Amino acid sequence: MGMALAAPAAAYLLIADDSKRRDNFVEAASLTQLKIGKPQEVSFERTRVDGWRSFQEKAIAWVVRTSENNVVAYSPQCTHLGCAYHWEESGNQFVCPCHGSRFSIDGKVLGGPASRPLDRYPVQVENSKLLIGSEIQKA
Amino acid sequence: MFRRLLDWLEDRTGIEGAVKHFLYEEIPASSGWRQVFGSVALFAFLVQAATGILLALNYAPAPFAAYDSVRYIMTQVTAGRLMRALHHWGASLMIVVVVLHMIQTFVWGAYKKPREATWIAGVVLLLLTLAFGLSGYLLPWDNRAYWGTVVTTEISALAPGAGPLLVRLLGSDGTSIGAITFTRFYVAHVQLLPPLTVLLIVLHVFLVRRHGVAPAPEDENLPRKKFYPEQVAKDTIAIFGWFAVLMGMAILARVPLGHMADPTDLSYVPRPEWYFLFLFQFLKWFEGPLEIVGAVILPTLAIVALILVPFIDRGKMKTVRRRWGAIGLASLAAIFWGGLTARAVATTPESREMDMSLVKPWQEISAGNLASIGFFRKAQCGACHVLGKSGTGPDLTLAPSSRPADWLEQHIKSNPKAPGTLTDEQVKMLAAFVAQRSAKSVDAWQNAPQNAVEGARIYLANDCGSCHKLNGVGDELGPALNGVGERHDRSWIEQHFADPPKYSPDSIMPAFQFRPDELKRITDYIMAIPR
Repeated sequence: MGMALAAPAAAYLLIADDSKRRDNFVEAASLTQLKIGKPQEVSFERTRVDGWRSFQEKAIAWVVRTSENNVVAYSPQCTHLGCAYHWEESGNQFVCPCHGSRFSIDGKVLGGPASRPLDRYPVQVENSKLLIGSEIQKA
Repeated sequence: MFRRLLDWLEDRTGIEGAVKHFLYEEIPASSGWRQVFGSVALFAFLVQAATGILLALNYAPAPFAAYDSVRYIMTQVTAGRLMRALHHWGASLMIVVVVLHMIQTFVWGAYKKPREATWIAGVVLLLLTLAFGLSGYLLPWDNRAYWGTVVTTEISALAPGAGPLLVRLLGSDGTSIGAITFTRFYVAHVQLLPPLTVLLIVLHVFLVRRHGVAPAPEDENLPRKKFYPEQVAKDTIAIFGWFAVLMGMAILARVPLGHMADPTDLSYVPRPEWYFLFLFQFLKWFEGPLEIVGAVILPTLAIVALILVPFIDRGKMKTVRRRWGAIGLASLAAIFWGGLTARAVATTPESREMDMSLVKPWQEISAGNLASIGFFRKAQCGACHVLGKSGTGPDLTLAPSSRPADWLEQHIKSNPKAPGTLTDEQVKMLAAFVAQRSAKSVDAWQNAPQNAVEGARIYLANDCGSCHKLNGVGDELGPALNGVGERHDRSWIEQHFADPPKYSPDSIMPAFQFRPDELKRITDYIMAIPR
């Protein structure tokens, strides 16, 4: 009897709901706005499903156009403890103000407590438009 | 080793002794199956507490959001539908077992001196159980919940003297209910009633232990027995039986979720939960100024009489076979309750309200979008564009296509799989659909049944949208079609197609002669669209 109650209770608590956790790409910028080799903070609108709520919200990505048709988009949070980092033009690096983690333009750790490179959003380039997906990929 | 651990525990806490004291309590020789109901009731309460806490973990205690979160629990959360069903049917089965417990105590006369206080605590526990039912009824915030609770608050307004105060306490303005009432019912259901009930259960069980299980006259010359193992085994078997019934009901019997509470929906016929139906029917006997008698005075007197039972019947313990008065009264009450309930059930109109927890995304998108999904399938686009995966062509469910409209139209027209299968108009619609689709249409794209897609195609081919609005699209010359299946039955709709003025005298709708298979599909389709 305990199992008959505990098994569904465990499933209820521990198994993710079946709202499709799949990527949904939205248009974030036009490639013409992005300069090659210069990180830019790009904000875009995306639909977020949060439990029973579904709503539009603003999201931010640090976007680097690496070549004519290639773009990477980093999640704007430091991989150490989640603070928002920024691009430091003078040092040519991303710097986190909380505990001083530093990342290179290709997302690798240069120093500080962070142990893995910057997380990325999946991107697609279609007709000179940059599409950003919703599921952050951990490095 | 284990023994030493137990000894240590016993020395520091005395728990082993307490358990032994509890298990080896002496009970009368006549104890047996009829005394299992108390244990089952306690177990039922524990099941309600456990499932209630689990539901609360995914529940938003505010009107509107509450409805969405219950629908979320039922449609998205793993085992959520089962959890709600366990809580819902558990409540009903708890009432059943609590009432059986009371009937047993009453018929055998177990309330007699010195057990008056035990009986009164039991009556209060029954009232608390009913209060749980009443307050929990509102929490899904669908029409059933809303209108049922409006009736409850209106009844409380009738209470002589205290009426206006009670209404204010329930947060109602006397005619409608809103956020304040909702929050108070929620707080009552999860914060006030549970600790009160636990307190009363502890008191009730303490009193049972203090006075012992009530003996029957035939016990006098028989040796007493121990609670463990025989009675414990019987209690456990009864609990098992109760739980098996609950699980069976939770799996097999649907707990519906209606439309979100709508104070302007005056077509809704409210009915209380089944155990209150007799009261609902009883109220119909009292008209005009007598209303207060049926709604407040008699129920209050009944509760007072129930509490006073041990003081009214003060005779010596008699064997149950000679308690004709008690058996007669209990039977009369059962006939009264059963008759009124049966009458109420018989006079309840059949509801055509849709179960919103079963509504799928394809039922909520426009007929044009659903038909476009049909065009996609007909032109075999899926051969290259595998939905949900990268195939030869891009996965179209990931993002709306950013190609310009004329490119898309040309691409669809020139597709090598099935060239020329679509008309120009259909190509245009499919191109627009691919460029604009929403999360709901993506789900429909992958999961809509072909019958429904066909229904939408027939709807479109006959230009129904030029007069009717459906899921937000179409003109309003005729009535909106959302919820038409709740307003009319299938044969009405089918015959209405053939001869509209016969069914709606002022109708300017032309007659439609469908082939039988088409008639079935389009009727299926429009009946599936929720209000």
